[in-house]
Amino acid sequence: MNAPAATPGPPLWLLLELTYRCPLHCVYCYNPIEFAQTEQELDTAEWIRVLREARELGAVQLGLSGGEPLVREDLVEITAEAHRLGYYINLITSGVGLDETKIRDLKIAGLDHIQLSFQDSTRELNDFLSHTKTFELKQRIGALIKSHDYPMVVNCVLHRLNIDHLDAIIEMADRLGAEYLELANTQYYSWAHLNRDHLLPSRAQIEAAEQTTNAWRARLGGRMRIFFVVPDYYETRPKKCMNGWGSTFMAIAPDGTALPCHTARMLPGLSFPNVRAASVREIWFESEGFNRFRGTGWMKEPCASCDEREKDFGGCHCQAYLLANDPATADPVCDKSPHHAVVTAAVTRAQASSTNVKPLVFRDAKASRELSRNAAGEMNADKKQKILEPRMHTDEHG
Amino acid sequence: MSAVTDDARPAVAHGFRLQWEPAQSAHVLLYPEGMVKLNTSAGEILRRCDGARTVTEIVADLEQAFGRAGLAADVAAFMSMAIEKGWVELRS
Repeated sequence: MNAPAATPGPPLWLLLELTYRCPLHCVYCYNPIEFAQTEQELDTAEWIRVLREARELGAVQLGLSGGEPLVREDLVEITAEAHRLGYYINLITSGVGLDETKIRDLKIAGLDHIQLSFQDSTRELNDFLSHTKTFELKQRIGALIKSHDYPMVVNCVLHRLNIDHLDAIIEMADRLGAEYLELANTQYYSWAHLNRDHLLPSRAQIEAAEQTTNAWRARLGGRMRIFFVVPDYYETRPKKCMNGWGSTFMAIAPDGTALPCHTARMLPGLSFPNVRAASVREIWFESEGFNRFRGTGWMKEPCASCDEREKDFGGCHCQAYLLANDPATADPVCDKSPHHAVVTAAVTRAQASSTNVKPLVFRDAKASRELSRNAAGEMNADKKQKILEPRMHTDEHG
Repeated sequence: MSAVTDDARPAVAHGFRLQWEPAQSAHVLLYPEGMVKLNTSAGEILRRCDGARTVTEIVADLEQAFGRAGLAADVAAFMSMAIEKGWVELRS
């Protein structure tokens, strides 16, 4: 039964990936493996047109991300226009490129909030995982953000190599004065998928991390809110990816490709429109790419007859493609999926005290070009890592 | 949670922004990477929380605007919840 998808609401959450250029080389980056092949970035006028068109549809939360958005010389100009249009503006940054002048100019332009990434609480691992010397810089930037009175989210992606430092990571975020701490366990797409056996923590590590998080929550009271995202490989039901495909979220890649999630362009047999050729309205309501997995009409078994099909909408299509070679099958994280054994095998390997193997692959242009050349199909491992999952809800009070 | 006194002056908390969204026909409360869509009464209360008016004045204003009496208890309940969620802070 092909239930027609209801008319979608507005794309409340707009994420602009202004550039793939980035001074960091994180081993779990969600940017496409093939990022170095990306053609010309949109120019200032094109980004501003996207902002205007999306705002007319009702977009209100704006993420400025990348890559490192601060490498764009027009960041202040883009921010100012977004503010004028009425967006709430989140800058998602490694901190590299922020200084006293830039942070003041962004404040004047109307930037609302800064999310600062850390790789770890120690210099050694922070600098190793990002392949940069940025640990002290990030500490200084954290202080700078607070001295300019921005709300601050500290984000730290968790994985096997840093999860045992969680107590010190939380302590660091609290000391920096963050209002929110996002502890996002690595999700295994793109570079993180390449490096998965290095990164997937053991069950014991995750349980200890949850205990540490809960102890801190009790101690912190309301001072800092902690979001702890469990790695979905350890779940038996998939996440409701992007709050439902084409329901809330639109990402624009540096070259103007519009996507219903950060990494959907990896999916075979789907084309995604480019804002250079179509309006945001046409893209959101009419494009094949955004309509393909809306609602439940696309589902096959076990999703089609599942009584939880509207709870998680079958999970993540990129993960289904990556692990089961079919974007329209159930996310193999679900234990009803016939492909669930792929996930349990990876989890089983992660319980060993040491895992293999191949060296870690750092995200840089050289590796990107080599992997793209070697793998034209097989290595389309592409999806988000830390994705700015929309935290949206409706409160009914009064 | 202690009760909010009538002479407290509530304000939308630092780090939150309240605005009307025509596309949603609702007031929304915006904060880092998040949004709360407010129902009509929550929106009407919150938009009067400007740090200048007291709770008593807000109640009186609402009762006049909507032609209803006896809103004090509803407003107090909302204030307690909003303070607990961190949406509202009290100015003296």
